[in-house]
Amino acid sequence: MTPTFDPAAGVVSVVGLTKRFGAVTAVDDLSFSVAPGRVTGFLGPNGAGKTTTLRMILGLATPDAGTVTIGGIRYADRPRPAHHVGAALETASFHPGRSARDHLRVYAPEVGVSDSRCDEVLALVGLTEAAHRRVGGFSLGMRQRLALATTLLGDPQVLLLDEPANGLDPEGIVWLRQFLRYLADQGRTVLVSSHVLSEVQQTVDDVVIIAKGRLVRASSLADLEAHARPAVRLVSPDVDGLARLIAASGWSEVTRFEAPGVAVIEDHHPAQIGAAAFAQGLEVHELSSAGTSLESLFLELTSSAEVAR
Amino acid sequence: MTAALRTEIRKITTTRAWWVNGAVMFAYMLVLAMIMAASFVLSIRSEGSASTGLPGGATLDPESVASSVYTLAVALGYIFPAVLGALVVTSEFRHRTITPTLLAEPRRSLVLTSKLLAVIPFAILVSIAGVLGTVVGGAGTLALMGEPTFLGDPDMVRTIGMSVVALVLWALVGVGFGAVLTNQVAAIVVLLVFTQFVEPLLRILLAQFDATETLSKFLPGAAGEAVAGSSLYVSSGLADLLTAWQGVLVLLGYALVLLVIGRLTTFRRDIG
Ligand SMILES: Nc1ncnc2c1ncn2[C@@H]1O[C@H](COP(=O)(O)OP(=O)(O)O)[C@@H](O)[C@H]1O
Ligand SMILES: [Mg+2]
Repeated sequence: MTPTFDPAAGVVSVVGLTKRFGAVTAVDDLSFSVAPGRVTGFLGPNGAGKTTTLRMILGLATPDAGTVTIGGIRYADRPRPAHHVGAALETASFHPGRSARDHLRVYAPEVGVSDSRCDEVLALVGLTEAAHRRVGGFSLGMRQRLALATTLLGDPQVLLLDEPANGLDPEGIVWLRQFLRYLADQGRTVLVSSHVLSEVQQTVDDVVIIAKGRLVRASSLADLEAHARPAVRLVSPDVDGLARLIAASGWSEVTRFEAPGVAVIEDHHPAQIGAAAFAQGLEVHELSSAGTSLESLFLELTSSAEVAR
Repeated sequence: MTAALRTEIRKITTTRAWWVNGAVMFAYMLVLAMIMAASFVLSIRSEGSASTGLPGGATLDPESVASSVYTLAVALGYIFPAVLGALVVTSEFRHRTITPTLLAEPRRSLVLTSKLLAVIPFAILVSIAGVLGTVVGGAGTLALMGEPTFLGDPDMVRTIGMSVVALVLWALVGVGFGAVLTNQVAAIVVLLVFTQFVEPLLRILLAQFDATETLSKFLPGAAGEAVAGSSLYVSSGLADLLTAWQGVLVLLGYALVLLVIGRLTTFRRDIG
């Protein structure tokens, strides 16, 4: 049974959001929207304002300006909100003396679900074995799983997860990736925040990148990737031989010379260039990747110069 | 409302704090009642009347000895239900579970009201445990020493029953106090200092002057004793009390005023 969702009810819309803490403007006139049926990465370095934005989306903090709606309704105005929106903030919080199952059972009446649903979500996140153990003894990864289970209690259409990969082992990250994909494929809205792009790069369809509280870029990951191009830096003492290699390989269009004997060839990978140089018998002193990776593009985008623009 | 109430009740049942509180209160009251009963009896025997040790050199007759011992929980043990109530709010801040709590139910007034109501059944159990401690320890000691226990006396039974009511009201005051001071350690320390030092001192001081004597009856501890209708302070002639119903209203008033202050301060701010 695949659940069916009204896409309009799954749109998260942030408009002109601003939040100040004294002299610090944590979120600065931020606007973006999150589409259903896709996994959206909410990205930015530490202190960029991701958690603060999520807290305002969830009605935990009051914005100084701007509005946030989920499916056209403010979180706090929605009856039984956990039925529609599942959210977990950065620091997953549990009473250490409660068992995992009891933690879920506590919220079950308000979410409007039975105790058997608690067992179901524990199974979904792979915590069935630990159901009756006190959360105080849980590892960070287990806490992340329990936090995720809590967000899933009400089978919500919208999932907002703050740094859910923190503390997960590599196996857990792969599992999370597949799980989020599965949820988005059902038509749910999935927003995951992270301070490292590479952590979610293989999961997300869209990115919303912020820095210093401001929007830097909101686009599909594919659009962002179009800006990230591979390039190779090739250095040879044989200046003429290098020029001949580039002309003969048809790379003239994509090559610039930083100096005689120092070429940067774009849109190619080191292996291609290395193979060609070897075939020509060219003496090579340096062969290195000089492209913008997605991660370095991310760093570039979120550096202060880019934000000031 | 019922969903929020069920959630709040489950928060209490899934942790140990409430029954540990009840067990410790029982044990503490048991020992305290035994010591007090024995020392009163011994001083009656040696001096003909029981010295209270309080200023004014007040003395007690055997019936007052019994009622003073049975209401020890109201006079000295109300910190237990008060802490029980405060913890219902402060533990959410200590463990930061206030975040999932407000995500599941963003209506903050409803959350606070549910907490106030949810604590009642547990406060009743803890209060019964405490009062039972004083009765078992006190009556047991009196009986062992061959003194009358007055447990068959309807007035005494009423006093014991109303002690439970007073202690339950203290738990509600605790909830209100926790809503105002959400830092758990600070809340417990302030409750301890106020109930064990500040209020007893205030009562003795205020009782010294006619102008302020009335005021002392409205202190929460005095109101609690008024509900029970008896206490060490009264038996020793140190203070008058309000009527039982006035006492109930004063304690309820403290609880509600504190709760409203908490709602308008801590619970209006950003949380989580
Ligand atoms: N409650 C608060 N009081 C004061 N400053 C805060 C508070 N919460 C966040 N900030 C500040 O706001 C900025 C954004 O923080 P945050 O939203 O936590 O960033 P992120 O989640 O992207 O790491 C930071 O400079 C942080 O120090
Ligand atoms: Mg954060």
